[in-house]
Amino acid sequence: MVGVVSCAGYVPLHRLSRAEIAKAWGSAASPGEKAVANYDEDSLTMAVAAARNCIAGIDPRSIEGLYFASTTSPYREKQAAATIATVLGLGNEAFTLDVAGTLRAGTNAMKAAMDAVNSGSLSTVLVCAADCRLGMPNGSSEMSLGDGAAAVLIGKTEVAATIDATYTTCDEIIDVYRSDRDAFVHSWEGRFIREHGHGRVVPQAVAAALQKSGLTPKDFSKAILYAPDSRQLASVAKRLGFDAATQVQDGFYAQIGDTGTALPLMSLVAALEDARAGDRMLLASYGNGADVFFLTATAEIGRLKPKRRMADCLKSKLMISTYEKYLRWRDLIQLEPPATAPMEQPSPVALWRDNTSGLTLHGVKCRKCGAAQYPAQRVCMVCQAKDEFDDYSFADRVGTVVTFSHDNMGISADPPNTIVAVDFPEGGRITCDMTDRDPDEVKIGMPVEMTFRQLRYIGGFYTYWWKCRPAR
Amino acid sequence: MESIRDKVAIIGMGCTKFGENWDKSADDMIVDAAYEAYEDAGIEPRDVGAAWYGTYVTDVTGQSLARPLKLDYIPVTRVENACATGSDALRNACYAVACGACDIALAVGVEKLKDSGYSGLPDFELFRRQLNTYRTRTYSPPGHFAMMATKYFEKYGLGPEEGKRIIGQIAVKNHHNGSLAPKAHFHNEITVEQVLKAPIIAWPLGLYDCCGVSDGAAAAIVTRADVAKDFRADPIYVKALQISVGPFEGYMNPAYDWVHVEETVRAGRAAYAEAGIDNPRKEISVAEVHDCFSITELVIMGDLQFSPRGKAPEDVASGFFSLEGGLPVNTDGGLKCFGHPIGASGLRMMYEVYKQLQDKAGPRQVKNPRLGLTHNLGGTPASASVSAIIVGNEKS
Repeated sequence: MVGVVSCAGYVPLHRLSRAEIAKAWGSAASPGEKAVANYDEDSLTMAVAAARNCIAGIDPRSIEGLYFASTTSPYREKQAAATIATVLGLGNEAFTLDVAGTLRAGTNAMKAAMDAVNSGSLSTVLVCAADCRLGMPNGSSEMSLGDGAAAVLIGKTEVAATIDATYTTCDEIIDVYRSDRDAFVHSWEGRFIREHGHGRVVPQAVAAALQKSGLTPKDFSKAILYAPDSRQLASVAKRLGFDAATQVQDGFYAQIGDTGTALPLMSLVAALEDARAGDRMLLASYGNGADVFFLTATAEIGRLKPKRRMADCLKSKLMISTYEKYLRWRDLIQLEPPATAPMEQPSPVALWRDNTSGLTLHGVKCRKCGAAQYPAQRVCMVCQAKDEFDDYSFADRVGTVVTFSHDNMGISADPPNTIVAVDFPEGGRITCDMTDRDPDEVKIGMPVEMTFRQLRYIGGFYTYWWKCRPAR
Repeated sequence: MESIRDKVAIIGMGCTKFGENWDKSADDMIVDAAYEAYEDAGIEPRDVGAAWYGTYVTDVTGQSLARPLKLDYIPVTRVENACATGSDALRNACYAVACGACDIALAVGVEKLKDSGYSGLPDFELFRRQLNTYRTRTYSPPGHFAMMATKYFEKYGLGPEEGKRIIGQIAVKNHHNGSLAPKAHFHNEITVEQVLKAPIIAWPLGLYDCCGVSDGAAAAIVTRADVAKDFRADPIYVKALQISVGPFEGYMNPAYDWVHVEETVRAGRAAYAEAGIDNPRKEISVAEVHDCFSITELVIMGDLQFSPRGKAPEDVASGFFSLEGGLPVNTDGGLKCFGHPIGASGLRMMYEVYKQLQDKAGPRQVKNPRLGLTHNLGGTPASASVSAIIVGNEKS
């Protein structure tokens, strides 16, 4: 039966205390903190991070579809799913799809994936959901929104949780919106959207789904309900008859914030990571309608062992020292440009030729002498053998810092730019930037892992590459 | 393989004032350096049979040299080899004379960096591209040499403060020497405390660990050694011309240790063999080396065998490389203080060594010099174009 084969979440390392935001604006602080994507992260890179966690140990070439759900894709025109599929190493026959326009996009994609698998059109589909939504400075969304991602592999064999039923509604209302001319999320008056938006649509859809299936709230061990904040979650759960203490999955509002499209899937991941065989779960998302899923953990639930559990993602964090840093990372403040030569626009032609080395972090291994090297070479750096190489991936290897510098001249939105030479125990060296680091903690010999990041934005398109980061 | 030793002599040199030459174009500086060299050699411009024009980013094609100098339709070749550009122009000019292709050759190096409006080097996306995949990291030259400092301090057990103090003494020495060189970019003396307190450019390197970015030009005129004395009584004889170019291995191969520069070791070794030098620490009288950063000079001292491996800090502390020391290094202030217009630097170094060997270095004059060495390092510690040139004031 179709269901979730594997799943994992991703929370960016950095958190901004809501008190820090309140301090900047002289406003009242909401409790807790929000997860903030680093300056070199976006929805695409966070989706990659969640996906890599989700499919660790699974041959990417066996995955036949990749759906990317987000309201904050780096491109309006240019598919993010194709980039993600390339980075992950799916074959070029994979069916890729970007799903957008609503915070339901993640569950929309899950439903589409499920239908594709059920129909036999695709054997497995990797659904990635990520969001990095902006609230206007000094607004309530700025406090409440957070960044994050989740990935769910939908398939038919060895499923950890079956998807037993789905129910979906659509609904026209202008409650939470962002037009094609706007960078910021807007909401209509709070009471209207609480009562006539989320507070009306989600309970109606869940109630209808329950009635259709003949189940009651008591039949579920977990209710995973999307809500923009903890107050709304509690209110809707209570109205539906779920017990807040035992049945309602936490939405991480205090630790991460509302991650939009990603939130229903991140909550599902957290619930599945704690589930036992036989546990029945109800998932409901919201955004111009609602998607409702009933899932049941199978005997395979114990196989769900992401490298990083949601709990690990929550624990591993670094506080952003100032609100100004956040403004800078999200490009919300105009800064004097650095007194260095502006960077030239990269050539899409050269980037295209470089897809294998640049996007998949594949180098080569010499068949004659065995030396691993990055990027791919024609002539071996050690034995000079020509064109005698096998493909060799560095993406999942843990390396060691050989040396580093904190470079104030290197262009970075989080100066100084930490540049590092990384050696891999199985061979090879990559010299790259280090991200997600506390400069004071960088040491020769420290273990680092590779992470896919936005490198620069010049001339209207993004260039992505890999950086290293302290092993998280 | 034949040696260049004593086949070619330098008979004239010129060098502009280095610095922020707001009122001088590249063409102006080329004219000033070349005409000083013509006069020094006692030749007319039309005596030049072929020319090599070294510039990193200022201009392209040989015509950029022929135009300001109004050269007489002779062969002119533009040479580029990163910071070794000027030295490579000289090397090509020497080879042309040695093989008989021409009797008198001119080498000119120039760089006009201060029209850009910023303090660092231009954005060389071309160079960036070489460093890794097309995507590459966010690169700055100080950052890469700082990586060498980090590793050097770790390898030799120096705390950051201790390490910075050692390389700081190199900056202090070079500022002192530069204060005695009228054509140097900077003339201010500094203290180790100033070096330590200066703003960080790329940890652990601070402002005074980094060389200046300057405008300037320098020129040399070379002819066959057997006719050199027809031009002047004190020609300077070329003993070795070596270049070693790295294949970017340091960025990719864990075998590279980040505490030496392989290209310097190779170029130095080859130059000593060509010049017949067994003990460079004893036999070299004066050296101009590529102190783009203070750590670079420290590492070069080991790579060129001026100090036993790992012992350079002791020689720095004892003043062995000062004007009065056993092997004075960067007597004109080096890149640090004389400045670094990239394409001109190799020929500027030769200008100083030439003057030293002719006993014309004024307050910077070292005692009884016999052999001088110039060294350029273009690129980064992990991959570079390095030149090592040795000259002497006697034929052996």
